[in-house]
Amino acid sequence: MAAAVDVAAETQVRIAVRELDMMYGDRVIQRNLNFVVEPGDIFVIMGPSGSGKSTLLRHMIGLLPPARGDVYYGDAGFWTADDTERRRILRRVGVLYQDGGLWSSMTLAENVALPVEQFTHLPRATIRELVVLKLALVGLAGFEDFYPAEISGGMRKRAALARAMALDPDILFFDEPSSGLDPISSRHLDDLILELRDSLGATVVMVTHELASIFAIGTNSVFLDDEAKTITAAGNPTKLLHESRDPKVRRFLTRGGKKAR
Amino acid sequence: MDDEISATRAPAVAIDHSEPGVLCLRLSGRWMLDASPPSAAKVFERARAATDRRARIESDQRLQWDSGLLIFLRDVLDEAQRREMSVDFAGLPVGAQRLVALASDSSEHADRDLDGDQRSTLDRLGARVLAIARSALDALAFVGEAGVGVCRVASGSGRVRHADLLQLVQETGARALPIVSLLTFLVGVILAYVGAVQLRALGAQAYVADLVSLAMTREVGAMMTAVVMAGRTGAAFAAQLGTMQVNDEIDALTTFGISPMEFLVVPRLIALAVMMPLLCLYADLLGMLGGAAVGVGLLGLGGLEYYHRSLQAIGLNDFAAGLIKASGFGVLVAAAGCLRGMRSGRTAAAVGAAATSAVVTALVLIIVADAALTVLFDVLHL
Repeated sequence: MAAAVDVAAETQVRIAVRELDMMYGDRVIQRNLNFVVEPGDIFVIMGPSGSGKSTLLRHMIGLLPPARGDVYYGDAGFWTADDTERRRILRRVGVLYQDGGLWSSMTLAENVALPVEQFTHLPRATIRELVVLKLALVGLAGFEDFYPAEISGGMRKRAALARAMALDPDILFFDEPSSGLDPISSRHLDDLILELRDSLGATVVMVTHELASIFAIGTNSVFLDDEAKTITAAGNPTKLLHESRDPKVRRFLTRGGKKAR
Repeated sequence: MDDEISATRAPAVAIDHSEPGVLCLRLSGRWMLDASPPSAAKVFERARAATDRRARIESDQRLQWDSGLLIFLRDVLDEAQRREMSVDFAGLPVGAQRLVALASDSSEHADRDLDGDQRSTLDRLGARVLAIARSALDALAFVGEAGVGVCRVASGSGRVRHADLLQLVQETGARALPIVSLLTFLVGVILAYVGAVQLRALGAQAYVADLVSLAMTREVGAMMTAVVMAGRTGAAFAAQLGTMQVNDEIDALTTFGISPMEFLVVPRLIALAVMMPLLCLYADLLGMLGGAAVGVGLLGLGGLEYYHRSLQAIGLNDFAAGLIKASGFGVLVAAAGCLRGMRSGRTAAAVGAAATSAVVTALVLIIVADAALTVLFDVLHL
């Protein structure tokens, strides 16, 4: 089957951001961003509030065209691709939004099932089993028929993660996964992300300024500086903490102190 | 140690000029907001501080203070800067010193938006015209996208969830019956009254039946239903879609490759385009009933006579005119609601504004379309 070969050949996809400029109207947020996310990375986009982290994420997942530059999935530039190609790229991508972004008029089961219904022709019973499995993977077995408003914030995030994984994507994007979570839930989510990365072999790109998460699970990172308006540091976050000479990066990684602890 | 402004519970300043070139102010009493501390400019003037180069502010330990003192101290800083004096707060309570230092920390300054009020009228007018042009283009783009969505669904290449469509049909149709009943019945009553007053003068009150039935079927039924739906359903659509925008729900659809147009807008357009004519038919009937209540109950017309006159006055073409209008109004109401909702900002206030704007847009469109269709039908002899 040609499709199967196709997918296998592409499982190791690199994401490359090339010469990307971000602007709000006439105001430059970031310019000339260049970085590569290698397959299997847990890639952290960090920086102070207002440095454009979430906007960068929106450029990468195809929600907002950048002012200049492109995002490459393998060899295909997302913003120069046609609609069919874009849909093919998006099909391999799962996104966890800041507050989950669950469709509030649907139950958790319907939320997870919708993408599956849209893109496959599986029988109803199989879809139901798939939904139960995905929700169980994130620790929400038995909550299939709850509405998003009926569960806690942490559970909503996990349900959204189950939805993001519905189509077995090989790239997962996370927008501030631990915002609004208590330390325990936040840790739990980190563990879950690690677990899923290892078992599914997915690449993870996340926007966060939660230092605990950054050091616990990040394997690579870029630091967006809001004053220099570009990337001022890149690499493994723990390494950056010990080796970076940039005072701003050091301040960020040590919560403004000289050195962690 | 001269000049003391003092009362036991009021803020007091003792001015001390014993050291040359240094103005020393000793604060005592209550330096609190409700005690209205004096302005720094006045104190400096009173102290005749023109030749001083330094100001030292001190207090005793019993000084009572809150934000009132801090306001005074910031005032002192400004005044001293104007007079090119240096200021020393070392003799004040430590808490007050730290708070003043914190408030003066200039690490973050909002960029003052200078083009807000300082632009010329012409500039603002131009910006406004451009904004209107942009929003018109945006609306046109929306209509185009929605049209493509409807075509894709009609041709079978796009899918609409049946459960969603049925729920929307119920919401916009059956659930709207009570309010449509009440309003159109009363409008029928009003029409009959207004007509009766005029027609009675000519001894032609029997024509009330003609008037009410013709007006309801051709015009008022469709228009009233559309107005009710604009307020009820158009606003609801805008609020629903706006809230989905705030919650990233629409982004989530997009990143799954599901078109929000097909998934959210098309079902709403279909639901209203289908339900509006049905509601309008029902409204026509209720309006005629209202007219009959006045005609039979107050004008003394026979029930049967009223019924026959009504039937004679209207033909299928009148119903058709009303129903075509209703369907068009339905599309306009749904489109206005969805347009405003999809283009809503990402804050609670923006969602409210979207709902308001949806109703206003829908009402304007309804009236304009009604005028156009009335003229068109006249030309076509419909």
